[in-house]
Amino acid sequence: MIKIIVVGNGMVGYKFCEKFISKSGQEKYQITVFGEEPRRAYDRVHLSEYFAGKTAEDLSMSTATWYEENNIILNTSELVTDIHKENKTITTHLEQTYSYDYLVLATGSSAFVPPIEGVEKEGVFVYRTIEDLDAIMAHAKKIKQNGATEAAVLGGGLLGLEAAKAVRDLGLNAHVVEFAPRLMPRQLDKGASNMLRSKIEELGIKIHLSKSTQYIDGDKAITGMMFEEEELLKVDMLVISAGIKPRDELGRGAGLEVGVRGGVVVNNKMQTSDPNIFAIGEVALYNHMIYGLVAPGYEMADVAAEQIMQGEKTMRESIDMSTQLKLIGVEVASFGDPFIEHQEGTPIVYENKLNGIYKRINISKDGKALLGGILVGDSSDYNTLFQIYSNGMAIPKNPEDLILGARGGESSSMGSAMDLPDTAVICSCENVTKGSICCSITDGTAETFGDVVKLTKATSGCGGCKPMVADLVKDAQKSLGKEVKDVVCEHFAYSRQELYDIIKINKFTNHNEVLGTIGKGDGCEVCRPVLSSIFSSIYNDTANKHVTSQDSNDRFLANIQRNGTYSVVPRMAGGEVTAEKLIAIGEVAKEYNLYTKITGAQRVDLFGAELNDLPAIWKKLIDHGFESGHAYGKSLRAVKSCVGNAWCRYGMDDSTTLAIELENRYRGIRSPHKLKGGVSACIRECAEARGKDFGVIAVEGGWNLYICGNGGANPKHAVLLAEQIDKETVFKYMDRFLMYYIRTAGPLVRTSTWLEKLEGGIDYLKNVIINDSLGINATLEAEMQGLVDTFECEWKQAIEDPEMMKRFKHFTNSDDRDDNIEYIPLRDQKMPKSW
Amino acid sequence: MEHVLDKYNSVALNDVKVWFKAGKTSDFPADGGNCIKYKDKQIAVINFERRGEWYACQNVCPHKLEMVLSRGMIGSAEDTPKIACPIHKKTFSLKDGSNLNGEDYKIATYPVKIVEGEVLIGFIE
Repeated sequence: MIKIIVVGNGMVGYKFCEKFISKSGQEKYQITVFGEEPRRAYDRVHLSEYFAGKTAEDLSMSTATWYEENNIILNTSELVTDIHKENKTITTHLEQTYSYDYLVLATGSSAFVPPIEGVEKEGVFVYRTIEDLDAIMAHAKKIKQNGATEAAVLGGGLLGLEAAKAVRDLGLNAHVVEFAPRLMPRQLDKGASNMLRSKIEELGIKIHLSKSTQYIDGDKAITGMMFEEEELLKVDMLVISAGIKPRDELGRGAGLEVGVRGGVVVNNKMQTSDPNIFAIGEVALYNHMIYGLVAPGYEMADVAAEQIMQGEKTMRESIDMSTQLKLIGVEVASFGDPFIEHQEGTPIVYENKLNGIYKRINISKDGKALLGGILVGDSSDYNTLFQIYSNGMAIPKNPEDLILGARGGESSSMGSAMDLPDTAVICSCENVTKGSICCSITDGTAETFGDVVKLTKATSGCGGCKPMVADLVKDAQKSLGKEVKDVVCEHFAYSRQELYDIIKINKFTNHNEVLGTIGKGDGCEVCRPVLSSIFSSIYNDTANKHVTSQDSNDRFLANIQRNGTYSVVPRMAGGEVTAEKLIAIGEVAKEYNLYTKITGAQRVDLFGAELNDLPAIWKKLIDHGFESGHAYGKSLRAVKSCVGNAWCRYGMDDSTTLAIELENRYRGIRSPHKLKGGVSACIRECAEARGKDFGVIAVEGGWNLYICGNGGANPKHAVLLAEQIDKETVFKYMDRFLMYYIRTAGPLVRTSTWLEKLEGGIDYLKNVIINDSLGINATLEAEMQGLVDTFECEWKQAIEDPEMMKRFKHFTNSDDRDDNIEYIPLRDQKMPKSW
Repeated sequence: MEHVLDKYNSVALNDVKVWFKAGKTSDFPADGGNCIKYKDKQIAVINFERRGEWYACQNVCPHKLEMVLSRGMIGSAEDTPKIACPIHKKTFSLKDGSNLNGEDYKIATYPVKIVEGEVLIGFIE
């Protein structure tokens, strides 16, 4: 028998045994395990669940009979005190001597206690073992009886935060004290830490950052912690969780090589400086690092087991420290290199304070690789990001899509969903892989997107993966040779452009006519608004017509908000407004207690209007000379402008006047998606016109007209259509461009995406608009002029017609309001209570 | 907050004890809905004119618990009449209230009958 002694019975020591006995040839070996703790190895990762009522037995890694069944000798409560590597023996504190052929050190680590004066005082604990937890619970009970309420945790790392939750669960007010200026300093950057902090503080845990503790106050027992500058935090208990210290004293005593800051040095075979002695887990110093995570510990256990059995397996050069966990109910994940401090990449950060979400991805300088990242509050992207990072896969041209996803029906978030490996988790809510989505189509169990959803439950959670799943389904269908037609929905076998032409040629005027003649079924929330928009583009029907087939916002001529109330945006063409009109807006906002905000389109948005109040609000605004701003429509929103040469000393032309003229010409016209414009009076471009669907910039000798840009999800600069043209030509080209877009784009396709998909691109479009290559320009201009001539403010229309007004009422049979609406304060205003 | 949903349980035609007059048929737009109030309940009433059918369901969308379903758009999925919530376009069968996006939550539905131009909704209390 070859004798193996394992020193240490923690998670990694246990895993070594488990791995070893699963290998062939293990019968020739006898394993003996020594553990200083009185119990079998237990799950230290979930230690805090002990507070939540789990027993030591629940946390145990194995059953009571496991060691015996597997012929492993387990000696608990027996501490190994010396190794005599010359004669391959060890002695224990019971003065027993045992011999070995191979020795495995899995002594793990102990809590690192910083050398602070007074740490020995009563009421100061570490957070490491079940015994520590028992002592903490007993002490908490005692001090609570004496009226104490405050307790602190030293250390804002992963374990420290777990400990803080445990302390809070014991009924004490928890304070987390961290020396670094941020929480989880090894995993999170400042922004992520701030987000995590606000989430944790919402739960009643106080966070104290950048605090250096000078000494522990109190006579015999702790009464407080003294920070720099005489700042005292009064607490009656302190739990120290400030990091780990490898338990290397045994190896050190035996003369094995140890690191400067502790840890037994190992090579990639997990061998120490003595080839018969191995070290694994948190005691092992590999590549100058101690790995405090369980996954690398387990891998080390496997490598050591293989090596002892003369196997080939070695430890990887770089160990992945990616983690995804739920910390006090907050999702936190970090992967790859979360910081990229060495300038080899560029971070992209998304922060949403309202929802408590922070996302950061680090992209290589060449924009081709994902180097790492951080997710707080929502780690649903973790799987995909981790796949891309760990497989070194190509990333989308607009890497921000990786964390922002596709929005507003624009192009899909990952142009390259098909490039993912089959194992990539596409729907992380339901844990559905790319393989299972594609297979369900290719093996015939599913035919459509709907079938796939039913079968796999993909997209049924947060829904964020919908575009990716749809792409995969489409691609899988294509791979079967099926024709995938770009149809609007199940009710029509036509694209939007085809529907537009059919409706125009047949002079169809309502939904039932179109559905009955060329469609099937009753329509749906996808095709009905498309038809409404087409009727509008052809006949200039306002949204007061086909009311029940108008999209959510158009139906009530206002933008529906989170709580079912609406927001109101009057038009302020070019962002120009008189003092009187501004006062009028202010008075309306005051009267109806509306949250007021300046929008990005140089106008004012009033939020929180109840359905019943919309007509009265609009009546007042219209009486003061306002009209609908169409902020709710798939139509022209606003034309932003700089002040121009009326005031500006650099202005080359009158940008504000042109912006107002453009806005007033194209207001109210329904299009496949929203439209935004901008006019700048010089190349300094204060109006950000090139970030718009159309942008006009004054230059020497006229105006430059740019088209098909946008901000938002995939920012795109508008491209030059024509240079140094006069105002009249600007309008001529604009008429043609907009009308051509309205006729040919797919539903909810912005101009930039439309251009991207247009065969021939900008050169083709120039040819159509400038050279009239299709011979349709006279028609396009006439159609546009028809729309311009028949413009009507739909809000004015609505408030003047009692029949139309009927819909602005929450209850048909009562004047009561919706009593489900609740607000909470937001600075000096209000916002809806959270979902 | 979950208690909002507890108020709404589907009523089968056979169990109806009270037929509540919700209004005249002309109070409800063609191929669309409106909300009515019955005791402390908000009920969406749908005039599915295309099919010559009427439906009633809870007004609260079970997804985010906002009182908005009556403002949603009607339609059909295969042959099932449905309504889409105006906030996130979650769709529900008007026949049995089941969610058509493969999600777990569903809505309560109530029987409707039309008597001499009056819309009556069936409740058990």
